[in-house]
Amino acid sequence: MKIVITANGDDLGSPVSLVFGRCSTFIFVDTETMAFEAVANPALSASGGAGIQAAQFVVERGAEAVLSGSVGPNAYGVFQAANVPVYLVGEGTVREAIEAYKAGKLQTAMEANTPAHTGLGRWTAGGGMGSGCGGKSRT
Amino acid sequence: MILAIASGKGGTGKTTVAVNLALAVSSQKKGGAEVTFVDCDVEEPNAALFLHPVIEQRREVGLLVPEVDLGRCTYCGRCAEVCQYHAIAVVQRKVLFFSELCHGCGSCTLNCPEKAIRERLHVSGVIEQGIAQGTIRFAHGILNIGEAMATPIIRQLKRCAIPPDASHSLVILDAPPGTACPVVETMRGADLVLMVTEPTPFGLHDLRLAVQVAYNELRLPVAVVINRDGVGDDGVDRYCQTQGIPILMRIPLDRRIAEAYAEGRPIVEALPDYQVRFLDLYQRIGEFSREYRLEDKKGGGCCK
Repeated sequence: MKIVITANGDDLGSPVSLVFGRCSTFIFVDTETMAFEAVANPALSASGGAGIQAAQFVVERGAEAVLSGSVGPNAYGVFQAANVPVYLVGEGTVREAIEAYKAGKLQTAMEANTPAHTGLGRWTAGGGMGSGCGGKSRT
Repeated sequence: MILAIASGKGGTGKTTVAVNLALAVSSQKKGGAEVTFVDCDVEEPNAALFLHPVIEQRREVGLLVPEVDLGRCTYCGRCAEVCQYHAIAVVQRKVLFFSELCHGCGSCTLNCPEKAIRERLHVSGVIEQGIAQGTIRFAHGILNIGEAMATPIIRQLKRCAIPPDASHSLVILDAPPGTACPVVETMRGADLVLMVTEPTPFGLHDLRLAVQVAYNELRLPVAVVINRDGVGDDGVDRYCQTQGIPILMRIPLDRRIAEAYAEGRPIVEALPDYQVRFLDLYQRIGEFSREYRLEDKKGGGCCK
């Protein structure tokens, strides 16, 4: 079975990424053979909609399950539409996450566990005194 | 002249300057002009609190979003591929549309090979137009609660509120704070951007960013009004001097101004001597704009 793990690095010893849409790397693993392929996240620097783009990307590449530290509502919507379960993992290496998954120790996310835009760096000039300038950097 | 009033930092006095300039110029028989006031801060429009316009027209506006005819859709995914904002995803014979990310650009509709996408209007706000103080043409936009996209409302607001004869009158665009898309949309097409700032490190920090947008990106002439003059430090003065940005007015930190503001009264009404000072500002804006145009023809420009 082919699963995908969000990672900060490109091998099985790399730490799991706790964010989904803006993780640096997706590691696709065949759980039977442990053969893996590390692919850079094409949505990493998207100005918006990173979760959607990333989710569509991993679905298109045939992931049958997703392991990540968190998933936002938009990405979750894509996985739900594609019938791809999302499993939540804590800190640890990619290999540990796979072992936990194979041992049936991981819980599936029943809904998004983080609000939209959590992974997005905020770089707009701040508003001040009452009139905020809008949290989103590009609308 | 189309004059955009911006700041970067919020709460520096954009609306105060915009409202008082409008009142001063419109009430003047000699040296005045016809005034159109457009409150472009559609997320929090507040100029109406001071100008008390009589609203004569009200219409719903929004953006055109895609509607997919699943009978014709082949799930080829072309719409998701061309969407720059990832507002559409196509997975396993399902088309997902994320309305809050859609910018209404129409790329999906244009690129659909099956012509399976139609556009429908998603109403996200209203535009209200009327007359304030008997002579000021007034317009503002109000973005509906829960909507994320201010820019389409501002674009439509400007389209219907700016008169075709703008060069013979004064059109004041009161911009939102910040330097993001709504501010760019407000400044676009203006003849001059007046930055209202306060002489503090925070005011200066955001003034720099706003000047970068207005001058470096949009190539618009920029002038400054310092509000609450006397607080903070001389950082804004030094910055303006090195950049060659003229400071056209200084409004001191004055308790009477704050009190009038809290009561919703314009400064020119509470402190009548400001009538002349705001007319003076108007005159300086005109002079600077003319000088700038001359300089610009010579290939110079004001900001270094």
